Amino acid sequence: MTYILVLEQILNGLQLGVMLFLMAAGLTLVFGVMGLINLAHGSLYMVGAFAAAAVAGWTGSFLLALIASLAAAAAAGALMELVVIRRLYQRDHLDQVLATFALILIFSEGTRWLFGSFPLFLDVPSHLSGPVSLPGGIEYPLYRLTIILIGLAIAAGLFLLIARTRIGIQIRAGEADREMIAALGVDISKLYTLVFALGAALAGLAGALVGAIQSVQVGMGEPVLILAFVVIVIGGIGSIKGALAGALLVGMTDTLGGVFLPQLFAVFMDPASAASAGASLASMLIYILMAAILLVRPSGLYGGSA
Amino acid sequence: MMLTRERLLNWAMIAALLIVPLAAWSLDEPFIITLATKAAILALAGVGLNIALGLGGMISLGHAAFFGIGGYAMGILAAHAQNYEPLFAWPFLFEGSNQMPLIWLVAVVFSALAALVIGALSLRTSGVYFIMITLAFGQMLYYFAISWSAYGGEDGLSIWVRNEFPGLNTLDPIQFFAIAYVILCLALVFAARLARSPFGLALAAARQNEDRVEAVGLTPFTLRLIAFVISGAITGLAGALFADLNRFVSPTMLSWHTSGEIMIFVILGGVGRLYGPVAGAALYIMLEHLLGGISDYWQIFLGLLLLLIVLFARGGLIGALAGREKAHG
Repeated sequence: MTYILVLEQILNGLQLGVMLFLMAAGLTLVFGVMGLINLAHGSLYMVGAFAAAAVAGWTGSFLLALIASLAAAAAAGALMELVVIRRLYQRDHLDQVLATFALILIFSEGTRWLFGSFPLFLDVPSHLSGPVSLPGGIEYPLYRLTIILIGLAIAAGLFLLIARTRIGIQIRAGEADREMIAALGVDISKLYTLVFALGAALAGLAGALVGAIQSVQVGMGEPVLILAFVVIVIGGIGSIKGALAGALLVGMTDTLGGVFLPQLFAVFMDPASAASAGASLASMLIYILMAAILLVRPSGLYGGSA
Repeated sequence: MMLTRERLLNWAMIAALLIVPLAAWSLDEPFIITLATKAAILALAGVGLNIALGLGGMISLGHAAFFGIGGYAMGILAAHAQNYEPLFAWPFLFEGSNQMPLIWLVAVVFSALAALVIGALSLRTSGVYFIMITLAFGQMLYYFAISWSAYGGEDGLSIWVRNEFPGLNTLDPIQFFAIAYVILCLALVFAARLARSPFGLALAAARQNEDRVEAVGLTPFTLRLIAFVISGAITGLAGALFADLNRFVSPTMLSWHTSGEIMIFVILGGVGRLYGPVAGAALYIMLEHLLGGISDYWQIFLGLLLLLIVLFARGGLIGALAGREKAHG
């Protein structure tokens, strides 16, 4: 086990972490501002990936594909909010869970109907393919490095948006006291649609970026959705900072655990059972992490009172 | 006993669930009997969830965990029995089992234990955290089952012959239906008595006003945890029966879609209605059978129907037919 392997895996963990952040940011904003739990967030991730794959197939341009993923997911998100979600803000969580679960069924089967059951492929653009040499002698895929940089740039942009702009002030005010901000003359329903579309666009972008590494298929958003839930439970619901911390923690734990646990077990077990025991434990590791954090802080790392 | 419209409807439903397969039996239509058996078993899973959801107000999106544990209890015991491989040799030699009562006992015990652990951790939180955490624990078991290659991993585990019940031929569809139906009826009676018992009343009170329950000296956490364990155990029993119906268990039983579906049975029928899961599961099976015959994409219609019920008809099927009164006070 060399240090190059360790560094490579850390970069992989970082890459998973920033993608999870793009998903979790939208979820946590929507919950923080509107008090809504949205299970259909994974569908927006899928919409982004399919839009990107379709546009890349027609035009051959990866950049256009990314723009399409942002636009399609934002449009789908805005539509979802206008038609269904806004009727749910005053409802209890059970109704929100069910209605957004129903949306998943509609989106997944609708996509299967449009594109078929076979996965689509979105190719890494040629000028981003191939490895790049990093200081320290590491060869790392340029595309994955680009994803990390895009993710970090968006995280920085999101922090600026929330902390420095007028929209950001309104979003934070909406989290604190929605009646008051409405009374002060902010069009709250427009703000809600905007926040929802913003979260949807981030999810769609994540779907398109990851779609080029994995395959684009129906249901691809759901494993990521569950991870994003773990992320915001760890980070504290409603906190962007918590989403970032939680995403990096989950990304690292999942990646490093998957690689190193079987090796660790091999020290005191025979290789075959070490591989299977290590893989089993690694698949549960982030949930164990979540349970441990909840035991210490029931409302997450950066959460207020739950 | 007041003869309300809801009670009449309940009797009509439970009678219909018996009459349809009996009619199918006399007409020699085993497929219909299997559908009815599936409805009865899924209704049982819903009855379990409804104790947590309707009575206790705990929105668990992780009940697939218990359903799947029940399923794997049956799969593991039966697989060892059919392959003559001892499951363990200490403290006594145990070669698995193909006897339903023993399998049910194991399923109930292990799903109750899982519910105890998951509940004790999850109930430290409430609201949205509780939903996400139960979901996450369910997924944890799902991924564990996928990577657990000793029992089939992703491919699942097949059983060649359905397990046995003393005195009955379980391979005969109508006899297996009878088992599922009797268990469902017993669970309904149990749930009704539970709801009217001092424990059930305290639990419902904890749902409605936590502070007052604490003020009279009861602990909402303990009440909820006990209800969660009972709920998980019943759903686990349903899982063992479901696996026996299909003679197959796979990680799909543990996936969060299964949790969502069990919740759909409860909601289609009407939350907090004792017979809601029966109505919901029967409706679900009918939709799956009828719409599934028209289109491969029938879940779009299921999604639309569910959306309409949540947005506009919140009492579910029973609410629409019997008015807005609640079964659980």
